[in-house]
Amino acid sequence: MIIVMSENKSLLKLRRISKVFSKGTVDEVRALDKIDLNVNSGDYIAVIGSNGAGKTTLLNIIAGVYPPERGEITLNGRNITRLCEYRCANFVGRVYQDPHVGTATKMTIEENMAMALLRGQPRGLRVAANKQRRELFRAALTPLGLGLENRLNTLVGTLSGGQRQALALVMATLSKPAILLLDEHIATLDPRTAQIVLDLTDMIVTREKMTTIMVTHNMELALRHGNRLIMMHKGRIVVDMNQAQKADLTVHDLVVAFERASGEEFVDDSVLLHPGNVVGISDL
Amino acid sequence: MDPAAVGRLLSFSLYEGLVYGFLALGVYLTFRVLAFPDLTVDGSFVLGAAVAAVLIVDGVNPFLATLAALGAGVCAGLATSLLNTKLRIPALLAGILVMVGLYSINLRIMGRPNLPLLREVTIFSLASQLPGLETRLVYQLVVAVVLAVIVFFILNWFLRTEIGLALRATGDNEQMVRGAGVDTDKTTILGVSIANGLIALSGGVVAQAQGFVDVNMGIGMIIMGLAAVIIGEALFRPKGVARLLLAALGGAFVYRLVLSLALRAGMAPGDLKLVTAAIVIIALAVPYLQKRIRREWLPPAPRW
Repeated sequence: MIIVMSENKSLLKLRRISKVFSKGTVDEVRALDKIDLNVNSGDYIAVIGSNGAGKTTLLNIIAGVYPPERGEITLNGRNITRLCEYRCANFVGRVYQDPHVGTATKMTIEENMAMALLRGQPRGLRVAANKQRRELFRAALTPLGLGLENRLNTLVGTLSGGQRQALALVMATLSKPAILLLDEHIATLDPRTAQIVLDLTDMIVTREKMTTIMVTHNMELALRHGNRLIMMHKGRIVVDMNQAQKADLTVHDLVVAFERASGEEFVDDSVLLHPGNVVGISDL
Repeated sequence: MDPAAVGRLLSFSLYEGLVYGFLALGVYLTFRVLAFPDLTVDGSFVLGAAVAAVLIVDGVNPFLATLAALGAGVCAGLATSLLNTKLRIPALLAGILVMVGLYSINLRIMGRPNLPLLREVTIFSLASQLPGLETRLVYQLVVAVVLAVIVFFILNWFLRTEIGLALRATGDNEQMVRGAGVDTDKTTILGVSIANGLIALSGGVVAQAQGFVDVNMGIGMIIMGLAAVIIGEALFRPKGVARLLLAALGGAFVYRLVLSLALRAGMAPGDLKLVTAAIVIIALAVPYLQKRIRREWLPPAPRW
């Protein structure tokens, strides 16, 4: 019964997706191995896994950066498997780990936002930033609390990494894409800025009921944010928990779950060394 | 030098700076806005000159002939950008290939290596018939200013439009542009085409002003355009679209002024290309050497 319901509201479906890099050479890497994933409308999924587990490859495949070797991706029943990146961008918003990737430095804040606002719309010969749009940009920037709403004509290159990442998040969600992909988007930020960006992420995702896939290295963060948790290992999804299942878990429980599911000992101690040193808990 | 001579020198350099300024704007569009190192320039400049000249000799209205020069340049830019985006040939190589190919095409268009335009009806000879514009220096300057104002306003508007924004962002952060749902192949094609249109327009106007076309008149034009862009940036330190465009025009003016002064000082015309190359080398080397003196960290040499 439950399965039938979730089938009905499934927004994004990945069916037996495989991706192999450097195929046929000694460097061959099976980045994704017959992945099956149903993303329901409104899901806020945290994806964790060690380096090389296939997390970023998964996002790249969804975003159309490259097509999968095998398998099928459908969005609202429409096959998007071989759609290229800029076409996928019409319904996928994305924030990268590196703040430099999401914004254009030599353009102003309002010009960057105008670029993002027109995602999925035809672009014409109207002047890109008009009064009405500026109001919209200000309204979207104000909740950041960074004062960017008063600096629409500032070149983005003069902003700090955290400010740029916050702007990148607002830009990725401005046109309300069907799916939001967050690729370790707070990993390079200082704790305070990371918390601001994370709070803003939660706020936007909740307010817009945006379907979100957030990749992170941080188990604590994955437990505390989102309504679903996926753990990847060697190109497979080894753990998939819903809100109720992950509600009372600790990082230790997660490690145990990982070892049971993957049949291996957990070796990526980067997530274990400082389990308490998680953004937003001790720092603030 | 008496004041009248200084005035003549300045207004002549201004006229030259504006007509070669279209070329500088084209180079600015590719190298700076699109970050696309386009070397089609030497070919598309002559292409514009050849197309305008041949049409004018055939009796076509010189304004139409000038527009046709612009259109021919757009086609040259289209060729380069299609080689790059659709066949994945590196930008530098694509430009050189089209430039070399254009040499033969330009010869075919002209039918011979040299084509005089002295007694033909050109935009300049038409302007000289207007009252008050009888002097050569005056009508040349007026035509150049009118054309430059038109080109400046169109570009200044275009680069702020939704499409223009996507074009600028392409040279800034291609990943971000694709992430916003724009095909960067298309913006590259559009930008390189417009740039070469401007360069060919420059060729078409220069041909009419000097009264002849030579199939070799394009040699070193890319370096001239780069020199103008670099000088403009160094002197005016522009911020914002309008000022960047004006800086390219201003850079071309200063560059032509320096060349005129060098000629007056007795330098042989044949040596000017070496001077131009030296200007660009110095302009590129100075910021690097400054950093070296300050012992700053320096990235490895770029490959293009």
